[in-house]
Amino acid sequence: MRARVLIRPKAGILDPQGEAVQRALPALGFAGVSGVRVGRMVELEVEDPAQLEAMCEKLLANPLVEEYEILAP
Amino acid sequence: MKFGVLRFPGSCDEVDALAAAARVGEAELIWHAERDLGGAEAIVVPGGFSYGDYLRAGAIARFAPAMESVIEFAREGGLVLGICNGFQVLCEARLLPGALLGNANLRFTSRQVRLEVVRADSAFTCACGAGDAGEDAGADAGGAGARRTSLSIPAKHSWGRYYAQERTLDELEANGQVLLRYAAGENFNGSLRDIAGVVNERGNVFGMMPHPEHAVDELIGGSRDGLAIFESMRMAVEGAAVV
Repeated sequence: MRARVLIRPKAGILDPQGEAVQRALPALGFAGVSGVRVGRMVELEVEDPAQLEAMCEKLLANPLVEEYEILAP
Repeated sequence: MKFGVLRFPGSCDEVDALAAAARVGEAELIWHAERDLGGAEAIVVPGGFSYGDYLRAGAIARFAPAMESVIEFAREGGLVLGICNGFQVLCEARLLPGALLGNANLRFTSRQVRLEVVRADSAFTCACGAGDAGEDAGADAGGAGARRTSLSIPAKHSWGRYYAQERTLDELEANGQVLLRYAAGENFNGSLRDIAGVVNERGNVFGMMPHPEHAVDELIGGSRDGLAIFESMRMAVEGAAVV
């Protein structure tokens, strides 16, 4: 099964990448943008989707600083 | 005494770490695929880009066979020093609290930094400062009676912003686990509470972002201050210091 995991910095943790993107957008004429957070996405083929959560906890994300969201169809 | 210095694919500071350790004792490299630590009495997890820093810095390296042995070694009370990427690896391995995030300035930064030695009575800092190192052992060295000295050593990283939850930071400070801080004006990466180096509760696993192994010779390191970290470990292992 094809699954996707979205990983992003936890709320409250300074995300300088997100801030840089947020500052860049108005410079290109896109107004009214706020709350930009930059994360990453992992796409994977898994036989047992029940293992996805453990994969996130152990390796794909660092639960101390990142939150993850499993998107499995 | 004998130091073991890990080498992962992508390590780049292991040779300097080896040379630094060799100034105070014997030193040997340990390839990441080895489980045998070769009788090392202290371990250095060096800087670099282990496994390309893929996913997150240090995230893959913590599963290396050699790291499994290091985790066991640490559980038995062995001294483990993680420098830069090595600090990240130790955090990922949960041997140390917290995590290292991208520098607040979003830049790779390489510069000499001045560090405040918060405690000079630990297994990693007992040779810092003049005179009879280890004298404060057992005392509340985080308090007013602490000897405070400073080190000038290089730092070079993109992911060095120390982060831990507020509660954890309070505990670290209360337990005297913060051994090194960036001096005023030196915290370029945005580390919380200016933390540059933390030790675990037991006092045998230490991580720091700046590079003591690059400051062991005045000719090229700007100072020899980094040597004190290795010398401290030797003293602790050989029982020359009560820590």
